[in-house]
Parts: sequence; C-alpha cells; structure tokens
Amino acid sequence: MADPSETVKDSGSSPPTGGRIRWPLVRSSSAVSLLIKFLLLGTVAAIALYGVFPLIQTRSWAALALLIAATALLFVIYLSPRFIPAKYLIPGTLFLLAFQVLPVLYTVATAFTNFGDGHRGSKQDAVRAIESSSIIKVAGSAQFLLSVAVDEKASPATGTITFLLSDAATHKLWAGKADGLAPLAAADATVSPAGKITAAKGYTVLTVGQTAGRGEAVAALRVPTEKGAIRSQGLSRAYEGAAQLAYDAGCDCIRDAKSGATWKADRGDGYFHDASGGYLAQGWRVSVGFRNFVTVITNPVVSRYFFQILLWNFAFALLTVVLSFAFGLGMALVFNSERLRGQRLYRSLLILPYAMPSFAMLLVWRDMFNTDFGLINRLFGLDVNWFGTPWSARAAIIMVQIWLSYPYMFLVSTGALQAIPADLTEAAQVDGAKTFHAFRTITFPLLLVALAPLLISSFAFNFNNFNAIYLTSEGGPFPPDNPQVGATDLLITYTYRLAFGGQGAQYGMAAAISIFIFLIVAMVSVVGFRRAQVLEEIN
Amino acid sequence: MRVRPRVQLVAGCALLLLACGKGKGDKGGDKQATEPPPSGTEDKGADKGADQGAEAKGAEGAPAAGGEVLIWADDKRAAVLSDFATKFASTGGFNLKVQAVSKDLQTNFVTASQAGKGPDIVVGAHDWIGNLVQNGAIEPVQLTDEQKGAFNPLAIKGVTFNGQIYAVPYAVENLALIRNTELAPDEPKSMEALVAAGKKLKSSKKASEILALQVGNNGDAYHIYPLYASGGGYLFGVGANGDYDPKDLGVAKPEAIAAFAKIRKLGEKGDGALKRSIGPENSISVFTGKKTAFLVSGPWAITDIKKAGIKYDITAIPGFEGGKPAKPFVGVQAFYVAAKGKNKALAQEFVSNHLTTPDLAVALYKAEPRPPALTAALEQVKGEDPDVEKFLKAGESGDILPAIPAMAAVWDPFGKAAAAVVGGADPKTTVPAAAKAIAGQIK
Repeated sequence: MADPSETVKDSGSSPPTGGRIRWPLVRSSSAVSLLIKFLLLGTVAAIALYGVFPLIQTRSWAALALLIAATALLFVIYLSPRFIPAKYLIPGTLFLLAFQVLPVLYTVATAFTNFGDGHRGSKQDAVRAIESSSIIKVAGSAQFLLSVAVDEKASPATGTITFLLSDAATHKLWAGKADGLAPLAAADATVSPAGKITAAKGYTVLTVGQTAGRGEAVAALRVPTEKGAIRSQGLSRAYEGAAQLAYDAGCDCIRDAKSGATWKADRGDGYFHDASGGYLAQGWRVSVGFRNFVTVITNPVVSRYFFQILLWNFAFALLTVVLSFAFGLGMALVFNSERLRGQRLYRSLLILPYAMPSFAMLLVWRDMFNTDFGLINRLFGLDVNWFGTPWSARAAIIMVQIWLSYPYMFLVSTGALQAIPADLTEAAQVDGAKTFHAFRTITFPLLLVALAPLLISSFAFNFNNFNAIYLTSEGGPFPPDNPQVGATDLLITYTYRLAFGGQGAQYGMAAAISIFIFLIVAMVSVVGFRRAQVLEEIN
Repeated sequence: MRVRPRVQLVAGCALLLLACGKGKGDKGGDKQATEPPPSGTEDKGADKGADQGAEAKGAEGAPAAGGEVLIWADDKRAAVLSDFATKFASTGGFNLKVQAVSKDLQTNFVTASQAGKGPDIVVGAHDWIGNLVQNGAIEPVQLTDEQKGAFNPLAIKGVTFNGQIYAVPYAVENLALIRNTELAPDEPKSMEALVAAGKKLKSSKKASEILALQVGNNGDAYHIYPLYASGGGYLFGVGANGDYDPKDLGVAKPEAIAAFAKIRKLGEKGDGALKRSIGPENSISVFTGKKTAFLVSGPWAITDIKKAGIKYDITAIPGFEGGKPAKPFVGVQAFYVAAKGKNKALAQEFVSNHLTTPDLAVALYKAEPRPPALTAALEQVKGEDPDVEKFLKAGESGDILPAIPAMAAVWDPFGKAAAAVVGGADPKTTVPAAAKAIAGQIK
C-alpha cells in the first residue's frame, strides 16, 4: 500500500489541471477514472436517496441513521486522498455486513422467539384481529341499504360522513353519524326503486365514485346503537354488529361480552389462554429464550434418529464429492491427452450436465427412476422401486448427484492439470517411473493442493443440498412405523419437515435448527481446512 | 474460502426463513442502501406488487376518485380477473388492479400483509382460512341471508370458520372417477367391480393398469381420502358448532386401521390397483395415454383429457362393497378480504356485492372449468358443459376439506402411511405411528 503522505504529494506534483485550487479529488491523472468515480459515488447517493423516503415514511429512524452514516462514510473515504487501505476494504466489508452478518444476526435473534404462523405480529395486532373477527350481526337487527352523504355545505371529498340508511325490509329511513342514529322523515328523502336513498334534505349524497374515494372514512365510521354499532359492509350496505370479544387492559385479558368468559394473556407463549387450557388462535410474537433449542434437543424423534440422519448426511456429502471427483478427474486425465482427436468437442459435451438447471434435471431423474414407467427400469429390464427401498433410494440419489456434479470436478481438474508443469512428469518418466506411479506420487498430490479447498467447500455445499433430496425422494422411503424420518433424509430436509410440516411455519424453530447445522458444517470445514493447510506445508 | 460455509448457512437460512427478510425496518433499509434485494423469494410478491401497482397508476392516468383494489391471485386466475377488472372499472366506481403471484401465494400473502405491503383481496382455497385467521390476515365478510342462499350450501359451509364467513366462494371442486368410455362403457358400482373390470382389460392387453389414482412413494392424502372414508375412517370429528374438532382425531381410532386394511388389499401386495409408481406427476398422463380406463382426479384434469381426444364420463368414486360411500374432499375456491388492506371498504364492497352476481363466476369458470359456487352461475354454464354437473354430483356426499390449522399436521404423515400400506406394510403398525406423529404436532 502506498504511503498516504506520498500520494498527497503525488497529486500535487501531477497537475494537468494546473490551477491554484488543490482539489483533493484530482488525484488521479485520468479523466476516465475520475468520471467513473463520479458515476459510482453518484449512484451511491442516488440509491441512498431512494432509500431515505420509505424509511422516513415508516419512521425507521435507526435504519435512517445507519443509512446516512454508511453513505457519509463512503463519501468521506472516497473523496479524501487519505484512507487508502479503507478504499480497498470498505466495499467488501459493507457487502459482508449487509448480506452475511446481518442475516446471520437476524437468524440468531429469531431463534430466541416463537416467530411463526400464529405468532407473526405484535400483541396489538393479535388483539385487533381477535376483536374484528368476533364482530357478528346483532340478532334480529335490520339489514340496511347504505348511501353515503355529507352535509349540504361540505365538500364531498373532505366533509364529515353521514350514513343514510334504508331498512331493507321495512323501508324505514335513518341518518347515522358518529354520535348516533336519527330517524329520517320519508318526505325529506328520495328513494330509488331498489330502496336506496338517492337524495335527502340537508345532505349531499355522494356518487359511487365519490363514495369509493372516501372508502377509508366509510370503513371507519361506527354509528353507535343500543346493542352495538352500525358499520358499513362495503359501500352500499350496512349492518348492526357487535364485537363479541374485547380486550380488557385491567386484567390483561380478552373478555367475551355475552358469556363473560376470559382468556388471559400469557407472555410466555404469546397466546390468550382460558382456564381449561384452550387458547385463541391469534397469538403474538414473544421471546422464548432457549426453548426452541431445548425442543430440538429433547424431541424424542430427533434424539433417536439424529445419528442415523447425521451418518447418512456425511455419507451423502462425502460420496457425492469423492465419487464425482474421481469420475471428473478420470475424465479430465483422459481428455487431457494431446493425442485425442476432437478433444474440445468432447470436453464441451461433458460439461453439458453442468449447463442444465439442476432443478429440472432432478425432476427428470426422479421420473426416470419410476418403477413402472421410468426409463431406467425399462432400459435394463428391471423391476426395482428405486425410491421405495432404503438402499436403492440412496444409490439412486448418489448416481444422480454424480451425474450432476462430475462436470464441475472435470472442469476444475482439467484446469489444475494444465497448471502442473509438464517437465515434472517428464522428469519422473526419465527417472523410470511408470505412468501410474508418476501420477500417484507427483501429479495427484499437486492437484490436491490446488483442489482441496474446492473439495471441502463442495462437501459443505452438499451437506445442505436440500434440492437433491427434496426434488427426488423427498427424504423417503419412510419406514411404515415412522413417517417422520426417511432413509434419505438429510439434516436439512428432516428439519425442514420438523419446522414447517406441523401447524404451519415455525420460523423461530427453523432458525434454531439452522444454527445447529451451521455449527456442524463449520466444525467440519475448520477441520478440513486445517488438513488442507498441512497438505500445503508438506509441499 | 473461509466464507464459504457461511454462504451455505445463509442459503439454508433463506430456505428455512422464507420470511427472514421481512419485518425489520432496518434490514429493509440496508437492502435499499446497497443493492436490489437478494434472491429471497419472500420479497418477490410484495415488491412486484408495489412496482406494478405504481406502473398501472401511471399507465391508466388518473384513476377514478374511487381508488383501487389490489387483488392477488395465482397466474391462471389473475389472467381472467384482469379481463374482468377492465370491464369493472367503467361501472364499479373504483378500479381493480390484479396481480399474479405464481408461487406460494398463501405464504407471500401472510408475509406481505404482516409488513403492510399486502393486497386488499386474495384469491385462494378455503382451507387457508385457519392459517390466515391465526395470523390475523383476513376479516370476516357479512353476507345477508339472501346472499348466502344464492350459493351452494357446501361452499358456504367451507368458508365458515368459528361461526363467521371469512370469504366469498366462487368455485367448488372435488375428486370424481373419470372413465374412458371406450375401454369401460359401464359405470362400476363398487371398487370391487372397478378392479374386476380393470383386471379384465389388463388380461386382454387393452390396458396396462387397473386404475390411475395418484399415490407416489410418499403418498397423497387428498387422493386416498375417498377410499379411507369408504373403508370407515374419518380425520376429525365434528364438534357441536359444526366445525371440525382437532381433539377428535379419527386416524387414532381402530376404524382407521380397518380402512387402511381395505386400501392395502387394493395395493401392490393385493389387486395392484393402487401403486406407488403412479404419482402426481404421471397419473393424468397414464389415463390420457390409454394405459388405464379409470382415473381418480378433479376438474383440472379435464383440459388434458379433452386435448387427448378421449371419450369419457364422470361419476362418483365407487366405494367398497358393503362399505360407506367414498366421500371425496370438497374444496372451495374463494375471495378473501385482507385485514390490513389499504382499501378495505372497497374490497368488502367488491366481494360482498359484486362477487355475489354470476358475471365473474362465469368468466372464472371459462378460464378453468371448476364448477361455480353460485347457483345462478352454475345454471348458466350447466347447459354448455355437462361435466360441471357431473362433478358436483360426484361431490354431493363429500366432506368439506378441513380448514382448521391442525389439518396441516395431517397431510404428510397420513399420506406416507397410505403409501406404505399401498406398498404392502401392515396397517396395524403403520396407522398408529402416523396417528402418533399427527397428534404430536397438533398443539
């Protein structure tokens, strides 16, 4: 890295712009790079500005402060001639924070809550939902045809709204306001053949369009009555309704207006409970401490089958990597020979599976393994229910995985092979080594040095290869006496079922599980990379 | 390289935490400060909605003072609704804006609604109600008795939950037996008769399969249910208020084992009428490929069958001889009013006063032939298409698909138990294991 002071001097001593003004921006001599810098910073400013308004709208002040701070930091760093190391580090750091650290922190935070279906919002949300879904039409009350009106002198767009109501059965007329209901003399109003009030003395009846424009006010107006309140049902009808359940702050509970039954708020699990253990469906999000982690660990199915799943999970990832690497390397060795004609064509053909979307290919393979209609059984005259028995399902999945991933191994092996100097193998041959011996002692170790990190990351990827399982066997076959753990379940597919298979999605639980999986993968990777370093040192 | 495992974790997290991107203000802010959002599926619906909404306003100039109702539906229905929306704008006094959400509509709706970015109306199946209610995402719709009376009573029953009507139905659907009349001219009166007819076709090489009823290696609870019901099983008992009672779990009862024993007899170790090799991906094509004379499927299969030029008839699924009728599940497609929509009054107006007239129901029927829930609309389409009435008749004795949240715990274990039994497993161990798994997940 250049010394900052040196750079400042530099910018002073190369002044094609001449002038006495020492503008710190004019450090680079190239007009193009200056332009690029302007454009990039301009884009940053534009994106930041784009983000400001929604944040103000939603009053997310902390996020706004963060946004302003980040933008200011970017400008300071790139406009100032100093902070040279920061100029290189900051973009990566920001992306790392935004796309890696934040999601991880969010996952960890979620793991300590009961966030999920039935517990998505705040307690206020739950109370509102409980109250509004308990509104029922007062027994024996009238159905009204609704016309929305404002006072004669008021503007239709802003005036206080009055409900002009016509009883659908008795054709009695009423005018309803927020302070109550008053009868309307039939002589003062004009009524359409359908029974709706179209004009009334002292009021301006709104047109359909105008009424629609006041939708929010129409929905909000409650005309109090003895037994409840008259509310609009859409824009053209109204009914007398009463909420059966209401929140009582005194006892922190929901009370049933009719029966007097109560459901008490439970901060522990985010539900309103009654005395007998029942609860209202609408819950809210609360912090549950380590409960999600404890649930995962103490779940009898998890504890009983964990090692079975883990073992297959390791076998799956390991076999996928090792076999596809062996296959890919073999191909790479064969096609590395200069004597082969049409080498390029073969190479491009071999890479084809890599170019096809694995999503679609997995489904195609699943159909090819079908017992009665699949290509594989027909081609070989077999009658195997591939995904119906544990070992055939495992074999089928590994085969599909090899087919899907060997092109990648082929590609990286070809690249690494070409990077190994030919004189090394030639020297070995001169020393009298056989081809295989030379490969085993010279080429392969050199290859491994280059490829070990790729193999480890490939292992980590396959360890959580959700699609490979879910789109083919779905984790099955399942033993008849246990529909929860299948023979080809990976940790990720099993826990997906655990978190999302029951009563809807349980994000808190899912987050806790993903932390466990992260720990396992991290451990394996750390050990793997240590080994890889050892390998490097030997060389 | 060290970062790699973490990438996996984030991928895993994105997968598991579909909603992980929503909800927190500061995270949303950060996304905007840096780059367009990453590929999180959860964002697509909401963002797309916002974008296209803005576009539409620009394109249509100033909409009527009335404002706009945003509707979310899946691809097929969104296309029909858009046509209707254009017509509606001139008469309704407000505009309809239709948005297609092609994947995970229910999850996207709940997530977007929580973040305040949801639509005013969402179109979906009635068994979403339990989940949507527990998430406070929808509001009841108050229909007059007269309006209720205009619908198929089963449809109204479907959208009723805890004594409230939560949606306005537009179509009902259920499974039926679709028969290739060239291969099998007579309607089988019982499952046994069907198997006999199928076996005869098989031995005379006219068909290679007795029946196409999707099972798959991991089972299909929806399609096996009619046989389970005919064998004497039930899923949930009905409580005093007419709703399903999650505490009365039928799978745990001895009747369930007896029903599965009958299913086993039809399976791979028995008659071979039910097979795990026939699954959702190939059941219809086995029938359209004339490999079997019988298909158990719903109205959605008809388009393919017509395309294949097969002469067919639709009848009720036959039950076991001496057993109960084979009751299919009846599902209802419906319009929901979002609790957190911005134009609730307009949305309520639309569903309660416009959807209750036959125009839209007929238009929706024409886009996809599912029988209309509105009696008047049904009368209109009946003349042109006899299939509609046949499907309805096949579903007459059906059970409303349970909408209670506990049903989510049933699908998977129940389907797997069915697949295992079809494969030859002993119901005496399989069914109690499924019942235990289900009971363990019902809170």
